[in-house]
Amino acid sequence: MPTFFLPIQIIFALFILFAASRVILRFKDGEIHLGALIFWLIVWTGATLAVIFPDKTSQLAKLLGIGRGADIIIYLSLALLFYLVFRQNVLIENLETKISQLIREITLQDAKKDSQKK
Amino acid sequence: MKTLAVILPAYNEDKIIGKVISQLKKDIKDLKINKQIIVVNDGSSDNTAKIAEKYGALVLTHRINRGLGAALQTGIEYARRNNFDYAVTFDSDGQHDSQDIVKVLHALAKGFDIVVGSRFLNKDNKIPFTRKIILKFANFVTFLFFGIWTSDSQSGFRGFSRKAIEKINLSTNNMEVSSEFYAEVKKHKLKFTEAPIKIRYTKYSLSKGQQNLNSFNVMLKLIYKLFR
Repeated sequence: MPTFFLPIQIIFALFILFAASRVILRFKDGEIHLGALIFWLIVWTGATLAVIFPDKTSQLAKLLGIGRGADIIIYLSLALLFYLVFRQNVLIENLETKISQLIREITLQDAKKDSQKK
Repeated sequence: MKTLAVILPAYNEDKIIGKVISQLKKDIKDLKINKQIIVVNDGSSDNTAKIAEKYGALVLTHRINRGLGAALQTGIEYARRNNFDYAVTFDSDGQHDSQDIVKVLHALAKGFDIVVGSRFLNKDNKIPFTRKIILKFANFVTFLFFGIWTSDSQSGFRGFSRKAIEKINLSTNNMEVSSEFYAEVKKHKLKFTEAPIKIRYTKYSLSKGQQNLNSFNVMLKLIYKLFR
C-alpha cells in the first residue's frame, strides 16, 4: 500500500465507489440479476486495485508484452465497451421483435372485430 | 376447394397499390381456388389502407410502422389462424407480375413448402448492374449464414405451403427478413425450390425496397440475431 495518494487516484477511487454503490442499489431494487451484480463488482474491484497499485498494472502489461500499465487498462476498457455496446444492440433487437409481436396481436384482433361487425 | 392468401406488405404505397390489386385480381381470377388478397398496411401515413379496401382487399393495419419482416409475419400469422392452405407474398410496389403466381402455386402443389420467385432464373429480366452485384453478394451472405445456395435470396415473391405457414416464425423486423426465411427452411426442414419470375424495375420501385447501401446494416442485424 502506498503511503500517499495522488489527487487523480482519489478522484478515481471516489468515482468507483459511487459506481459500485449504484450497482448494489440496482441489485437491491431487483433491477439487475445476481450475475450482473457479480460481473460489475469484479469490474470495479479490478479498477480499484488498478488505481491503488498502478505499478502492478505495469507488471501485468509487461507480462502480456504491452509497454505500459495505462495502456493495458485502455485496451481492456475498449474491449469491454465494444462488448457491452454489442450486447445492448442485441437487447434492442429483442425489444423491437417484442414490440412487433404486440402490434401484430393488436392488428389481428382489430381484424377479428371488424369481420364480426360485418 | 383449397384456399390461397395473397399477402401484400405495404408502407405508403397509395400511388400504386390500387393498380397492383386490380391487376392481381385479373391475373388470378381464373385460378380454381378460393383466394383472398390481404394488404398488411404497415403504419402508412398516406391513404394506402383506404385505397386497398376500396379495391376489395382485406386490410390488416399495423398501428405503427414495424418494417417489412414484421408485416410479412403478420400476413402469415393471419393465414395460419384462418387455416389457409397456401400463401403467396408479393411486393406492393408493382415490380412483380401477378401472372407468376401460377408458377409458384404449381410448385407448391407438387409438394414444395417454400417457393421463392427468382429474378435471375428468367433471362429476359434487365437488372441494373449495381443491384446485380448487391444481390449476388446477398446470396453469398445467405449461404454463409444458412448454408443454402439461392439464385435470388432477397426476392419478395414467395409461396408457402400449409406446413410452412404453420412453422414459419420470423423474428427480424426489416429487410433482413429475406435471409431469415432460409433460417426457417433449415430449422423446420422445409422443402425449398425456386421459380423464374418476371421483374419490372421502375423508378418508383427502385426508390423503394432494398437500398444498396442498406446491405451492411442487414448483415449486422443477422449477426445480432445469432446472439439472441
